[in-house]
Amino acid sequence: MDLTVEGLSHRYGDTEVLRDVSLDIPAGRIVCIVGPSGCGKSTLLRMIGGLERPTVGAVMQRGAPPRGSLNPLTFVFQDFALLPWRTVDGNVSLVLEDHALSRAERRTIIDDVLARTRLTDFAGALPRQLSGGMKQRVAIARALAVNPAVMLMDEPLSALDAQTRELLMDDLVALWLRERFTAVYVTHNLAEAVRLGHRVVVLSRRPGRIREVVEIDAPLDARGAMEDVQSHLWGLMRDEARAADAELLDG
Amino acid sequence: MADSRPVPFRGGGFVARPRRWVGVAVIVAIVLAIELGLRMGWMSRLTLPLPSDVAGTFVQLWDTGLLFKHLIPSLSRLAVGATLGALAGIGVGTLIGLFSLARAGLVPLVAAIFPIPKIALLPLFVIWFGIGEPSKYALIAFGTFTPMVVATYGAVDNVDRTLIRMGQSFGLSWGSIVRKIVLPGAMPGILSGLRIGLAISIILLVAAEMLGATYGIGAYILEAGSLYDLERLFAGVVILSLLGVLTSAAIGLLERRLLRWRV
Repeated sequence: MDLTVEGLSHRYGDTEVLRDVSLDIPAGRIVCIVGPSGCGKSTLLRMIGGLERPTVGAVMQRGAPPRGSLNPLTFVFQDFALLPWRTVDGNVSLVLEDHALSRAERRTIIDDVLARTRLTDFAGALPRQLSGGMKQRVAIARALAVNPAVMLMDEPLSALDAQTRELLMDDLVALWLRERFTAVYVTHNLAEAVRLGHRVVVLSRRPGRIREVVEIDAPLDARGAMEDVQSHLWGLMRDEARAADAELLDG
Repeated sequence: MADSRPVPFRGGGFVARPRRWVGVAVIVAIVLAIELGLRMGWMSRLTLPLPSDVAGTFVQLWDTGLLFKHLIPSLSRLAVGATLGALAGIGVGTLIGLFSLARAGLVPLVAAIFPIPKIALLPLFVIWFGIGEPSKYALIAFGTFTPMVVATYGAVDNVDRTLIRMGQSFGLSWGSIVRKIVLPGAMPGILSGLRIGLAISIILLVAAEMLGATYGIGAYILEAGSLYDLERLFAGVVILSLLGVLTSAAIGLLERRLLRWRV
């Protein structure tokens, strides 16, 4: 299943957040969206996932989601969004309970995704007992459980420390090499973007427009720091980021 | 170095630490001081009854079986009234928290009802429900209802919106979101509302029993009070205090069980 964003614009009251964004998200690829803070990248992601309605334009699905996909467009949130009163097991189970699955089927899915995210030993733990990196792995396991067609990741590593971020990036790369999932990955971290993205979309500051789309052809498992790409991206963003930083929040 | 001193510590205090028996010790000390003061003549015998006499009255109540004759109707009134009021309050509070229309329509109404001393409405309840048990249930329920509504909708408002958005993003049904995300998330606030609600329900229980009840702690206290029988009056008051301590402990237990997930 492919997604296309067609001429999307959005405003909150008088503030224009996004202006005429058109974007192609082909199946099996990771599209990273980068941009200065407040450029509307998270808003764009929420619209792609159907959590918010754009003022103008639309997001279209092309083709049917794969068979057995319980929730084609699935989010991974920056702050994990785990239910603190449910165990790791229960948090994954939550998203399966509304589907017509037998107890055994549900059990199989949960065991499978926990194994894939190396969480089997922590199935009975509560979120407060887990480190940030583990919490995000639970959130990823939960996303995998519904067998998504597209994963919508909203700064999934931004709440984590630098070391955990490295580890989880390795995890994501390994996961993609195995499963070739489709993802839209919003981040402000250029290192993450060049490490994980097949295509990096650079948004300008508010109102967010597409500045440039950078294709990165190197395979995910053979990427270094890609400093030339990073500095090219940073060159595109530097002045915008500085201007965005100097803006008054409610101005 | 010639002059080396340890860095002075200045980080202590401002942390609540559990001190289990201090609360009991304070009460025991006060009771002992009163007993001693009355016996030694530092205080006039008219100011307070002798704590040992109150204890004697208590034993007498127990021996004659009168204790349970008063306690059981009171407890059942409390149970029925508080349960009805708490359930209705949680229900209405949840509706207010979930629906803007309910909020717009009911919040001003609740604000208007909250400050009314419910005891003032007892005659009204007697007209509606008769002099028997139902009017007492209604009064207690009504008194528990308002604080529960306010606590519940506040608690629902405070549920982490990102969790609700998460539920929506996974396509959870509305009912699932309410049952599995909103209500558990509101539970801490609902339980602290229950603490206040139950304390109010004990106050109203006594008020209701003072008007037209043969048996019940309120009736017992009223009778003792009109005879200026301070020993019996205080025995009744002690029962009420114990009731308050017990309900508070029960909610504490409930909190530890239901809110184990909290840090």
